[in-house]
Amino acid sequence: MFASKAASMLLRRSAASAVSSSAPTGAAAALRNGMANMRLMSSDVATFDLTGSFETHHLDTQPNNTIEMSKEELLSHFELMYTMRRMEITCDNEYKSRAIRGFCHLYDGQEAVATGINASFETADSWITSYRCHCTALARGGSVESILAELFGNVDGQTKGKGGSMHFYNKAHNFFGGQGIVGAQVPVGLGFAFANHYNAKPGSPMQVAIACYGDGAANQGQIWESANMASLWNLPMIFCIENNHYGMGTSMDRHSSHSDYYKMGNHIPGVRIDGMNVLAVKEGMRFVKEYVGSGAGPMYVEMMTYRYHGHSMSDPGTTYRNREEIALTRSTRDPLEFVKRTLIDAGFADAEQIKETEKRIRKDVAAQVKKAKASSKPTIEPHLFEYVYSSGGGKEQNEFPPHIRMPDFSKSKNY
Amino acid sequence: MAMSTKAIAATRQYSRIGAHSSSTIKYDTRSFSAIILQQQTKNNLDPPSSSSKNNLDPPSSSSSSSSSYVDHSHLYNNTYHPQAPEPNYTDLGPTTKLNLFTAINSAMQTAMKTDPTAIMFGEDVAFGGVFRCSQDLREEFGEGRVFNTPLSENGIAGMAIGYASAGGTAIGEIQFGDYIFPAFDQIVNEMAKFRFRSGNQWNCGGVTLRTPVGAVGHGALYHSQSPEAYLAHTPGIVVVMPRGPRCAKGLLLSSIRSKDPVVFLEPKILYRSAVEEVPDADYQIPLGKAEILRPGTDVTIVGWGTQLRTLQIAADLAAKEGVSCEIIDLRTLLPWDAECIIESVKKTGKLVVSHEAPLTCGFGAEVVATLQAECFFHLEAPIQRVCGYDTPFGLVFEKHYLPDEKKNLDAIRRVMEFSL
Repeated sequence: MFASKAASMLLRRSAASAVSSSAPTGAAAALRNGMANMRLMSSDVATFDLTGSFETHHLDTQPNNTIEMSKEELLSHFELMYTMRRMEITCDNEYKSRAIRGFCHLYDGQEAVATGINASFETADSWITSYRCHCTALARGGSVESILAELFGNVDGQTKGKGGSMHFYNKAHNFFGGQGIVGAQVPVGLGFAFANHYNAKPGSPMQVAIACYGDGAANQGQIWESANMASLWNLPMIFCIENNHYGMGTSMDRHSSHSDYYKMGNHIPGVRIDGMNVLAVKEGMRFVKEYVGSGAGPMYVEMMTYRYHGHSMSDPGTTYRNREEIALTRSTRDPLEFVKRTLIDAGFADAEQIKETEKRIRKDVAAQVKKAKASSKPTIEPHLFEYVYSSGGGKEQNEFPPHIRMPDFSKSKNY
Repeated sequence: MAMSTKAIAATRQYSRIGAHSSSTIKYDTRSFSAIILQQQTKNNLDPPSSSSKNNLDPPSSSSSSSSSYVDHSHLYNNTYHPQAPEPNYTDLGPTTKLNLFTAINSAMQTAMKTDPTAIMFGEDVAFGGVFRCSQDLREEFGEGRVFNTPLSENGIAGMAIGYASAGGTAIGEIQFGDYIFPAFDQIVNEMAKFRFRSGNQWNCGGVTLRTPVGAVGHGALYHSQSPEAYLAHTPGIVVVMPRGPRCAKGLLLSSIRSKDPVVFLEPKILYRSAVEEVPDADYQIPLGKAEILRPGTDVTIVGWGTQLRTLQIAADLAAKEGVSCEIIDLRTLLPWDAECIIESVKKTGKLVVSHEAPLTCGFGAEVVATLQAECFFHLEAPIQRVCGYDTPFGLVFEKHYLPDEKKNLDAIRRVMEFSL
């Protein structure tokens, strides 16, 4: 288990505007001459140290120990992660005030994982995950409004109010959802990897497929079935264990006889990544995507992370773990605090700017939630029986197959 | 960052895997659906415009409905699965004598020729399969499209679902229907609900899971089961069972090309023993429609799969006693063509349903429950079910267990007693 560094070690930072001693590059000089008023744009880049963030299994190579990131990019990651955090806290409040009903599994504490994976992936890569999917849905083309509307069960939600907390999808971003059944997403993810392999252009890297699941799911038999097939056929499949150390209410050492999940593939290579450090997640996933997309076979990735809330909203999260543990994680390993300190240390932003950003995001999230609440519930006609089957004739209209029994039997067409 | 030599070698290697049969197809995941649409138009899978398919007015005798109910009938404007009209066998050109496994092989050959995204996989299918259904497919289409899987039914089903959701056509084989149970989680929770829970953003209509079912004379406990009732209890999938080679080819082609996931149950005893003239052409039989094999006036008898042969023998025996039986093959169990049975029972007033699977909660129970509700005043006799007993059956009891022609004749006689 890693301890995230309290502040990432800043190795070097190049920003032509701030450093007067170094000779400016040609481009920077031209810009400075041409637009003296404007702050220099994407030349604000810093290099960060990632030593100790990775452990590997059956690999000759490993992710780089440094990563370069621009100010814009790191700020965008911060904004996404902060939006995720505010969204999950809003879900908590809304659930407690009974505006959200049913199931609700919150992701706060794990934001760096979804953000980092998304940063290293292309839209054409396929992603499938478990029921703890709000933040992945947000990263993959979702909006707070559509997610909250879905949670409220409103028809403007991402799945028209019919999927709920565990079922978010986004076709344009190749996000195949949220699944309610623990572990069942992994064989389905294998199918995406197969499709990517089947459709690959010879000579160029394949698009990859990632299936995310928890430490609790990691002992499901069907995951090994998928890993065996992926390894046999060298499919571009990433098995990503989001290890938050608890399978619902049972801690890792009490539900798993083997807790080095990145080694669980036996001969399949694996890498363990510090999941609270978004920079490490991005660099680690860049390495994994490159390896897996080259046709070298699947890889196991274990993200060491933590969830602040309980397993779901019906679980306080304190009956099986100490409040001290939760508080300690919050104070020393919080992914958001890490990014904030990184931004300040790299000189990308100061505390004022960060506060401004946070305030803006809070307002934005609140506004979107309000809009989400204003939407209406789906109706029996046509939504209840909609999309059980395809519509007739291959045209994607919404028509009921006549064999579905309506509530009044005599009204069922063709019985 | 240098890639390991293994990785570089693998890059070169994988580019040789997979014999794609057409060089004009674009390999781009984003155009997966474009490829399929293109293919489908070429094969004329548009719904028929014939008026006979559109006569779907509800019966006028709906006086039992309460006045507060909202009329939804304007929503039901389309025949389910109008993928093709009933084939006109005389117009289909030359035929060949095929048995069930060669007919199924022919259907898969056709499907894979016309759809470059179609892949076929399962245990031992590469050499031809334990029942020879997939013979010559690997030679024809290459190891990238026809391949063996490990012994992992849940993994097979899940992979089929994922591949189909990404836009491809997955023909998966479960070696025996008795082994379909490990795959049940994927079938019920993923396959049946993908379209619904994603609000139609994703669907796995490209999945067809084929599996041999039914008693075969030497199968005993785990090579003889008929799991259709478990499967038919799952809204979201389609369950199909052919009775012979000629309809198997048409039904399998419909199933593979269907926009909904299909579980295709093949009566294994018929693989070699059923021989029919099967058209060489590419033809489809509509899903969701039953077929009247023999019109009659006294009793309606309904079955599916192998049982139709037993019912035909029973009907012949009954004919000697002056009873005219109308024999109906359901062909598709989910969704099943209740209208056809209802029309028949309104005519005959008597119904016998027969299936190999155990009596309690067999699919016959669904048929009986619907018919008694819809035809109560037309029935002249209680509906009879002639089914397997509520017990697993080993080899020694198979002959006693099966609902043979004598038991069916007995049931026919029993219902005839009520009408004098």
